[in-house]
Amino acid sequence: MNVTAPIAHTQGETDLIARFDAVRDTLAGSVSVGGLRSAALEQIKLKGLPHRRVEEYKYSDLRAFLKFAAPLAAAADRSATEAALGAADTFGDLDRYKLVIANGSFVAELSDVAALEAEGVSVSDFAAALGGDMGAALLANPKTAPKDGVLALNTAFVQGGIVLTVKDGAEVSKPVEVIQVAASEGAQVTRCRVLVGEGANLRLLETFVGETGSGEVNAVFDYQIGDKATLAATRLIVGASAAPRLFTTIATLGDEALFKSLGFVAGPEFVRNQQFVSFAGENSDAKIYGVSMARGKGLADQTLIVDHSVPHCNSREYFKTVLDDQARGVYQGRINVALHAQKTDGEMMTQALLLSEEAEMANKPELEIFADDVICAHGATSGQIDEDLLFYLRARGIPEAEARTLLVLAFLSEAIEEYDEEYVTEGLVSRVRDWLAKKS
Amino acid sequence: MLEIKNLHARIAEDETEILRGIDLTIKAGEVHAIMGPNGSGKSTLSYILAGKDDYEVTEGEILFNGENMLDMEPDERAAAGMFLAFQYPIEIPGVATMEFLKTAMNAQRKARGEDALSIPEFMKRVKEQASYLNVSMDMLKRPLNVGFSGGEKKRAEILQMSLLEPKLCVLDETDSGLDIDALRIVSEGVNKLRSPERAMVVITHYQRLLDHIVPDVVHVLSKGRIVKTGDKDLALELEKNGYADYVNAA
Ligand SMILES: Nc1ncnc2c1ncn2[C@@H]1O[C@H](COP(=O)(O)OP(=O)(O)O)[C@@H](O)[C@H]1O
Ligand SMILES: [Mg+2]
Repeated sequence: MNVTAPIAHTQGETDLIARFDAVRDTLAGSVSVGGLRSAALEQIKLKGLPHRRVEEYKYSDLRAFLKFAAPLAAAADRSATEAALGAADTFGDLDRYKLVIANGSFVAELSDVAALEAEGVSVSDFAAALGGDMGAALLANPKTAPKDGVLALNTAFVQGGIVLTVKDGAEVSKPVEVIQVAASEGAQVTRCRVLVGEGANLRLLETFVGETGSGEVNAVFDYQIGDKATLAATRLIVGASAAPRLFTTIATLGDEALFKSLGFVAGPEFVRNQQFVSFAGENSDAKIYGVSMARGKGLADQTLIVDHSVPHCNSREYFKTVLDDQARGVYQGRINVALHAQKTDGEMMTQALLLSEEAEMANKPELEIFADDVICAHGATSGQIDEDLLFYLRARGIPEAEARTLLVLAFLSEAIEEYDEEYVTEGLVSRVRDWLAKKS
Repeated sequence: MLEIKNLHARIAEDETEILRGIDLTIKAGEVHAIMGPNGSGKSTLSYILAGKDDYEVTEGEILFNGENMLDMEPDERAAAGMFLAFQYPIEIPGVATMEFLKTAMNAQRKARGEDALSIPEFMKRVKEQASYLNVSMDMLKRPLNVGFSGGEKKRAEILQMSLLEPKLCVLDETDSGLDIDALRIVSEGVNKLRSPERAMVVITHYQRLLDHIVPDVVHVLSKGRIVKTGDKDLALELEKNGYADYVNAA
């Protein structure tokens, strides 16, 4: 018999258990959703928060980091929401639609619902959908991460979010920003379900603005990308925050579909951006990019699993990390190729630039291949700024600090350029510049 | 313009002595050629002039327009008018060539207290020099030197030199890897920059470059010392007889 000894809960875990008891009756969802929430909390109770002895969290010990847990953010006050939105600068004056989630709940009145409807995009409240027949299905975990701790936290506490459905063939003319706002302090736990219909095309921007105090942000985006459909999702995880920023992507691609994503990380002290991508149809492409910067004692963790369970799909993973001071970077990427997933083409590269002696990068690219007719490659580099490059620039009159900035910018820009969603390029590059300029 | 006095230098890392007492004086308007066998220290000398810190000067001094050059940072030297056309121009991924040119030109102007160039003025200058040196706009759109052929890299170096208008041009084996047409284009580009206010040091292994860029003085460098100085006929003599005599002499 296998008896699991109960673990001694940390303060953070004790707080989360108390939080659940306090809010469980007010959280959205059907009876079966309630059952999933309780089961997810049981998992946390039994195993604790993910910690360094859990392989997937070896370098990102959430249990140690989350010293205590704040309550969930209360319902957002409208004027505070509008003030936070007004102060937000996410993608400058880029022409786009906006969908607002405030303190974890969808705010239809502040969102471009009607305009999107006219483009073939229907938008509804995730919290309401949790109450319907399909409620429990909306909380399904990816099969490559059935017991993920961050997802369990999300399931237990998810407050709301958006269900977004793009009609077959709709080419949404402008990018759609899902902007999450902290109108007041507290944890925010959200989930969005995005269905991109056959042959449709959607460009998403995912942002978070405002101060959550010590409250964690846990956001899940679950994309179903239909046959011949395209989704590009650009995620900004920025701003100084001492509380964890936990983001999860679940993406499932149909036939001849294209999924592109870029996770841009700069600022928060503890960031986990994890992505679970799987191919359900053949001849599809996934192009996954990451651009991370961390300084101080910050942690930037980009983790992903790309699951090739059908033949003839391509995936490209390209991640860049810049670390200063005592910051830590993590890249854990795994490409799975199942026995019958022949003709898979997978190419994974992770590169880190260390600006200080004490910065540390954990680079862990992995291939798990069972098919024999595949092309898969991976590479990982980690190093300091190349002195010869620096000398070349200085020999042309560019002062050292400026030359270093130019080289770091160049290093990160390679991933931004290859992502090739030109409407975000300039904004992201100027964010890199700003980050570099903040060096004290 | 440039006075090198009893220069001794070694590799910082392993303390191998490379330059063993070089004396060289170059006046404005002059073109000096430095020839010598492989490994004699030609590139080392050019790197020391540009300020690379892989090398350590153990004795001697370098005056650049009267200023102690060894006290200056590489970028300060560049702003003061020093330019090195590298023997092996390095590829810089992610740095767009145009952006680099603008940054370099404006950094030097700023250091000299001049205003930044306007975009149209910058573009005009680049286009003019690029067409002269047969550098395509397509090349300029690529990251600096990335995917450039050997000849393209050398032309890009001369383009930078033309745009930065230095006082002292040091060309390290600019002829290597060039076919005869490219050699002519590059030489014309260099000759166009010859002026009474400017000095040049042309480092080469072969005499043929000196048919195009005719030097006032030719030096032979061997084992870290200048072992012979003469006029342009010295280059012809070397072409015929090789370096053997001088190598043994050193
Ligand atoms: N950074 C370095 N590290 C080690 N050896 C070097 C370095 N630079 C130059 N050398 C050595 O110094 C000598 C002179 O080299 P170099 O100046 O490149 O000669 P040249 O340009 O005349 O061919 C050679 O033996 C070369 O191997
Ligand atoms: Mg050399």
